[in-house]
Amino acid sequence: MTRKRLLTPDYSRRSALKTLGLGAGALAATTALPRFVQAQSSAPIRIGFQVHRTGIGASYGRWYDRTTQAAVKRINDAGGINGRPVEIVAEDDGTDAKRGAEVVEKFATQLNCDIGFGTLFSHVVIGSAPRAGELKLPYFVVSEGHHVASGMLNRYTLQPGITDVKSQVQAMAPFVANNLGKKVTMIFPDFAFGHDHRDYFSKAIAEQGGEVVAMIAIPPTETSFTKYFPQIPRETEVVYHVMVGPAVLTFVKELGEFFGPSRPELFGFIDSLEAVDITSPGLEFLEGTYFWEGNPRYAQENQSEYDKAYREAVGVDANGASVSDAKDVSTYAHMFGCWETLNIIKAGMEAADYQGPDQRAALIEAVEAMTEMPEGMDHPQGPKVFNGKTHQVFGVQYISQVKDGKLVLAHTTSIDDTLYPDEVDYTTQSF
Amino acid sequence: MEFGPHLMLATLEGAVTAAILALTAMGLSVVFGVMRVVNVAHGEFYMLGAVIAWFVASTLGAHPAVGFVAALVIAPLLVGSLAALADVLILQRISYDPERTIVATIGLLYIIQQTTLMTFGPDARPVEAPFNSRIALPWFEFGDGGFALYWPWGLSITSYKLFVIAAAVVILAALWLLMTRTKAGLVMRATQQDSAMAQAFGIPVARVYALVFGLGAALAAMGAVLIVPIQQAHYLMGGDPLLLSFIVVIIGGLGSLPGTVIAAVLIGMSDGIISVFFSPTLAKILATLAVAMVLVFRPQGLMGKSAA
Repeated sequence: MTRKRLLTPDYSRRSALKTLGLGAGALAATTALPRFVQAQSSAPIRIGFQVHRTGIGASYGRWYDRTTQAAVKRINDAGGINGRPVEIVAEDDGTDAKRGAEVVEKFATQLNCDIGFGTLFSHVVIGSAPRAGELKLPYFVVSEGHHVASGMLNRYTLQPGITDVKSQVQAMAPFVANNLGKKVTMIFPDFAFGHDHRDYFSKAIAEQGGEVVAMIAIPPTETSFTKYFPQIPRETEVVYHVMVGPAVLTFVKELGEFFGPSRPELFGFIDSLEAVDITSPGLEFLEGTYFWEGNPRYAQENQSEYDKAYREAVGVDANGASVSDAKDVSTYAHMFGCWETLNIIKAGMEAADYQGPDQRAALIEAVEAMTEMPEGMDHPQGPKVFNGKTHQVFGVQYISQVKDGKLVLAHTTSIDDTLYPDEVDYTTQSF
Repeated sequence: MEFGPHLMLATLEGAVTAAILALTAMGLSVVFGVMRVVNVAHGEFYMLGAVIAWFVASTLGAHPAVGFVAALVIAPLLVGSLAALADVLILQRISYDPERTIVATIGLLYIIQQTTLMTFGPDARPVEAPFNSRIALPWFEFGDGGFALYWPWGLSITSYKLFVIAAAVVILAALWLLMTRTKAGLVMRATQQDSAMAQAFGIPVARVYALVFGLGAALAAMGAVLIVPIQQAHYLMGGDPLLLSFIVVIIGGLGSLPGTVIAAVLIGMSDGIISVFFSPTLAKILATLAVAMVLVFRPQGLMGKSAA
């Protein structure tokens, strides 16, 4: 990872000289330039970025990295946090739970990181969070798993930038039951994230008068899928699919080949096709099917100015692919979480007047105190409400339909659709 | 799904697995048979075949069939030459000492895997099949109207999967002809039976070894090129084929070509059928158990000759 020139060791001397030389008046005149002058220390705030560079989460990792770099650039261009620049210290965890815990430990004990950030895959979060708690390292995950709000983790682990599976599926169930069908077969990856889908969607669809007629768990490292599909019962009206891992394209392709012309309705989580071009050969059968999207991949007709600016900052075109390579499709439905989480970290550190690791507890209390997060440049995906007790954020969800090889927004849920009663109060735990 | 169509689907899926497995395991078996060395890097040659296939197909950018045929020629050649080079540069230097060969090929495994990660990247990338149409398959029933055919839901295969099975059979037949009907095969078999005597009769044993090592890797690469339009090229895809190839080669008898084919069909089909009716994990458990049983009760494998 390249360090910004801004962060060379002579930085504080230079900025101090500038301050002396220019004086307050000159400062006011040049506020457009990034400067980190009013801080007690100008040493950078070090954010340990636990990134899935390799392993089954690699394509997410690549885009989480790009989004994080773009968000940090924006924060630094606007003067950093409490007058200090932000530095990302990225470390690969191989999408592996054991390695994840080691990475968290490295952040806290060797790399002098102020906080840990950015983990996506639920098994890595569940493996790493206890170590973060023991080392008292604030750990901001961008994972979607229900493990934060379920009370499984600890006071040092927060998920303020992305909604969790339980709230997502709860908001999807009425749409599925009312528009697609009541007899659902679920296909999901066989690890914590998939189990969240299994447990909470089956409950949510039952409340809508539907039922899950079969549950098919597939290991996330699987490479061939046809052998699982005969378990889909004939009475199935809707196949609910969510898959992760390097073979998602094969998964969806074989699903299409299995059904041929007589497919049931399909409702997928876009995870099944994150980082995959929806116009790939073999995916034509998806036309007319529906997907949950955390954030619409294709720029919609009613695209907000924030989404437009965010897309541009990260380097994503109107089709959700990299501006430099149209075949490099992003993980658009998830990666906004990194952008928003970093902005929340900034807001939290500013509210706590964060100066160093001694104030880690104050940072967590400051984030816990947050509630409404209006849509804006800090939250381009949409408005959100943070629950300080459960350390989980809630937001709008999107349902898109494949039309002419593009995902077109069909329905947007309200935040109220996604709320559920608290299962934990982390604020009662001691630091 | 009813039992009959379900079993038929499982058998077809198992046949595809068996076809690819036979090719890959055959590469491992040929190398062991002739050279008496265990190549732990075999799965990485398989992976390399798939990655090169992606590279060739996406560089040409022509019709998928053109890219695929080019890949089917170029990938095994490149992988084979690389393996031959590794044999000359590494394995010959350590005189094929069994322990050191295993360590050296483990090193090779990591070098190939990490180099691929650094250049090709961590993503899974697809290669388009030259042709791929869904073929719905009929099933029969004895209803009120007597014998009747009908098309059950989901019972289908693609034309490309059928092609994979056929191609594997053709390649294996060609290999058998090569080993039994040509001078090159004669030389290989002579080297296998007694390399010192072969050398005394003027056979360039060192060159034969390099070629055999290349041939073994090329077979794995061919299997990978065939599978890559179904699955995708990924830098970690070599792990499973390596494990399964070892299982097949041990069950079939190290170095026995017919044994390898029989074991590949056995393991491939049982993997297909067991994973359809029960679970893929159970299929792996049973395959590993079979290895243990073979090692206990018939250490030379189904078709292997016991050591004199």
